[in-house]
Amino acid sequence: MLTTPPSASQTPPMISMREISKSFPGVVANDRIDFDIFRSEIHALLGENGAGKSTLMKILYGFYRADSGRIFLDGKPVSIQSPNDARALQIGMVFQDFTLIPAFSVAENIALFLPDLSTVVNLRDVSRWIEEMSTRYGLRVNPHAMVNELSIGEQQKVEILKLILSDSRLLILDEPTRVLAPHEVDALFEVLYSMRQDGYAIILITHKIKEVLECADRITVLHNGCVAGSLVRSNASEDKLVEMMFGRKLSGLKTGKKVAREETALPILELHDVYTHGEGAETKLEEIDLKVYPGEIVGIAGVSGNGQRELGDVVLGVIKCVKGTKHLFGKDVTNSSIQKLRRSLVSFIPENPLTMAAAPYLTVLENMAVTKTWHYALRGGLAMDWQAIKTDIENTMERLGFSFSLNIPARSLSGGNLQRMIIVRELTHDPRLIIASYLTRGLDVQSTIAARQALIQARDDGAGVLLISEDLEELFLLSDRLIVLYGGRIVGSFKPDETNFYEVGHLMTGSEVQDAANA
Amino acid sequence: MLPMRDAIKRSGFVRQKTINAVVRYAFMIVLAFLLFGIILWISGKDPIQSYKDIFSSTLGSAYGFSEVIVTMTPLLLTALGVAIPSRIILINVGVEGQLYMGACLATWGALTFGDLPAWILLPLMMLLGMIGGSLWAFVPGYLRATGIVNETITTLLLNSVAPMIVSFFIFGFWHSPMDTNKTPNFSTSARLPTLFNTRIDLSLVLALVLLTVFWFVMKYTRWGLEMKAIGGNPQAARRNGIPVKIYLISVMCIGGAISGLAGMAQVSGFYGVLLANFSRGIGFMGFLISWLAGGSPLGILLTSFVISIIISGGNLLQLTRDLPYAVINVLLAFTLFVVLARPNFLIQRKDA
Repeated sequence: MLTTPPSASQTPPMISMREISKSFPGVVANDRIDFDIFRSEIHALLGENGAGKSTLMKILYGFYRADSGRIFLDGKPVSIQSPNDARALQIGMVFQDFTLIPAFSVAENIALFLPDLSTVVNLRDVSRWIEEMSTRYGLRVNPHAMVNELSIGEQQKVEILKLILSDSRLLILDEPTRVLAPHEVDALFEVLYSMRQDGYAIILITHKIKEVLECADRITVLHNGCVAGSLVRSNASEDKLVEMMFGRKLSGLKTGKKVAREETALPILELHDVYTHGEGAETKLEEIDLKVYPGEIVGIAGVSGNGQRELGDVVLGVIKCVKGTKHLFGKDVTNSSIQKLRRSLVSFIPENPLTMAAAPYLTVLENMAVTKTWHYALRGGLAMDWQAIKTDIENTMERLGFSFSLNIPARSLSGGNLQRMIIVRELTHDPRLIIASYLTRGLDVQSTIAARQALIQARDDGAGVLLISEDLEELFLLSDRLIVLYGGRIVGSFKPDETNFYEVGHLMTGSEVQDAANA
Repeated sequence: MLPMRDAIKRSGFVRQKTINAVVRYAFMIVLAFLLFGIILWISGKDPIQSYKDIFSSTLGSAYGFSEVIVTMTPLLLTALGVAIPSRIILINVGVEGQLYMGACLATWGALTFGDLPAWILLPLMMLLGMIGGSLWAFVPGYLRATGIVNETITTLLLNSVAPMIVSFFIFGFWHSPMDTNKTPNFSTSARLPTLFNTRIDLSLVLALVLLTVFWFVMKYTRWGLEMKAIGGNPQAARRNGIPVKIYLISVMCIGGAISGLAGMAQVSGFYGVLLANFSRGIGFMGFLISWLAGGSPLGILLTSFVISIIISGGNLLQLTRDLPYAVINVLLAFTLFVVLARPNFLIQRKDA
C-alpha cells in the first residue's frame, strides 16, 4: 500500500512500523499498518475519528502493545513495551489532555520529566536550559510561571519543551490544534518548522485536512484501521484526501436559508446582567446579557475554561445566578429547578456525555428514559412505558440516520455512539431550546453532518439553539449570531459574515482585550 | 431479530452469573467453617461434633429453625434500611441510632395509649417508630443534600447520641417501679402477634413484604429508574432533570423509617419492653449484611439467614461447649473476611 518515500529523503527512515495489528474487543483498530517516519520531517497522520490514528501512535509510544508487527529504529528491530522504553529511544508524545501539574512552575514540571534528574534538583540549570531552548525554537514561556496561570497554548509549549529537553528526537503530537485559536495554530506551525530544520521528526495526529495541507511534508491517511495511502504534500489535494479518508465522496451539509427572524418576536431565552459565584474550579460569569430568539442558532465561541460550560449550566439551572435574571418564553425562571426547565422543553447536550449526561451502568434504553420519566410513567409511576420510549427513540434514530443497540449498558458504547445516544435523546421531544456543547466531539464526519443537520432542522422548526464550541469552522457554518466569551464575560457579538476567524480568535484568547486595557 | 438474540444471550449470561455467584458463596462459607474448625480444634474441642451441634440446634429442629428466623427478622429490616439509601450512593451507617429512636417513639406510644385496642395501637406504634427513625435520618440527609456534611460521618456520630436519649427517657421517666433500666412490660395490645406458636412475630411478614416492595420499586417503577439514574451518575442525573436533592433527603428518611420500624419490632415483638441498650449491634450487623449482599433484596435474605445461623449456633456453642462468648465473633469475622476477600482461585477455577 505504501507509496515510495519522498525523493528528498534518501536516508533510511528513522522509525519503521511494519505490519502493525491491534484489535480491541469487537473492533480491529489497526490492521497490518506500515508506517515510516524520516528525520527532518513533519508527517501528518490523517483520518476520521476511530480510524486508528491514536491507537497506532500509542503503540509506538508503548502505551498499548501491538498484537503483531514489528518496529525498527534506524533499521534495527526494537521492542517498545512501555512509555519508558519509548523515551529511552528518544520518542516523546504530547497527549490531547496535558499531563502537567498545575500547582508546579514550568521549570519544576520539566525537571520532573527529565530522565537523569539529579537527587538535588538544580532548578537554576533547568531554567537556563528552558530559556535557551525556548528562544531557539520560538517557544517563549517564563520558566518560573505557575502552570495553572498559563493559557492552553502556553501549556502546549511547555509540553513540547519538556520533550525537547528530555532529548526526544521524535515528537508525536495528538490533535495539537484542537484547543488553539487560529493565530496560535500559525505560531505552533512556525515552531514545528524550526524544529524540523534541526532534524526533529514530528508526527501530527489530526483530522483537519486544511492544516495538513498547510504544514505537513508527508501525509499518511488511515481509514478503518488500514492505511488508505501515503503521499507527499505536493501530490495531495483536499478532494483527494477526503476521498482517501472516507473511501468516497461525501454529501455536503444543507445549511438552508438563514431566514431573517422577526425582531419583535419574544426571545425564547433571555439572560439579563447575570453574575455567578464561580465556586471551586468554575469560571465566574459576569455581566452576561444574552437573548436567543426562536429560529436562531447562537454560537458561543471561547477557549475552554472561559465560562462556556458555566453558561450552559446557568441556563439549565445547575449553577445559580447571584445577580441578574433569566427568562424563558418571557417567564422569569431565575430560580427554577432543572426539572422545571427540562419540562419546559429545554434540551441539553453537554460537553462530556459520559460524566455529564449518562449513567454508565444503565442500559441505553433506560438512559433514554431518565430525562422524561414523568412523560413515560404509567399508572402514576408504578410502571414505565418502555414500548413508547423505544418507538420515540427509534423514530429519532431513523430521522438522524444513527443506529446503536438499545439493550446494552451505556458504558459499552464507544465515545461516538455515546454522543449519538445523547443527541438522539435530547432531540427527541421537539425541544424549544437546545443547549449544545461540543455537539460533534467524537463524531465521524458523516454523523457530524447528520447532527448539524438535525440542529438546523430544529432551528427551522422554530427552536432556539445555544451552540457552544471551540471549533470556529462549526460556529461560522451554523451560527446565525456569534458571541465570544473570554474570562467569563461576553467580549464580542457578531453576525458570522461580518467577522472572520482571526478577529474571533484574538477575542477568544483575550489579546485584543488586553491591548485595549493597555491603551 | 437482533434484540431476540440479545435477549437469549443475556439470559444465558445472567443464569451463568447466578450459578457462579451461588457456587462462589457456598465455597466461601465452607472455607470460613474450615478455618473456624481449626480454631475449635486448637482449643481442644471436637470441630465435627461442634458443627453437628450447631446444625441440629438450628436447621435440624423446628424450634431451632424458628429461633434462626427470630434472629434474622430484625436483621432483614436493618439491612434494608442500609440498602435503600445505598442505591443512590448514600452510606447510612446510622441504622443503630435510627433503630433506637424508632423504638423510643414507639415505646412512648405503647406507654401512653396502652389501653387502645391492638388494631389501632400497633399501626400507631409502627407509624411512630417510622417517624422516629426517619427524623433521625432526616438530619444527615438534609445536611448532605445541601452539601454541608457527608452523611457517613453524621449518621455514624448520631449513633452514639440515640441510645443516650433512650436512656434519658427510661431512667428519667419511664422506668418501672422495680427496675431502673427498663420500662414496665407493654400491655398485650401493644405486642406484635406471634406466628405458628413460636417466637416469630408479625415483623417477619412486614420485612418480607418490604423487601418485595423494594425489589418491585427498583425494577419496575419510575422512582426506581430515577434512583438507578442517580446511583449510576449523580451529576448526569441532576442535569437530566431528576430532583436529586429531594431524593437524597426522602430516600434517607425512608431508610431511617425502616430502621425505626426495626426498633419498634424489637420492643413490641421480641422484648415487649424497652431496655436501655437493647440493640447490641443489630444496626451495624444490618450494615454488614447489606454491603455483603450488594444491596439486592434476595441477597439480603440469604445473607441474613446465614449470619443468623452463625449467631444462633454460636450462642449454642457458648452454652454447651463451654466456649467464651467471643467465639461467635471469631466465626463471624472469619465469614466476613472470607466473603470480603472473595478468594480469586474460586473464580479462576470456574473460568477454566
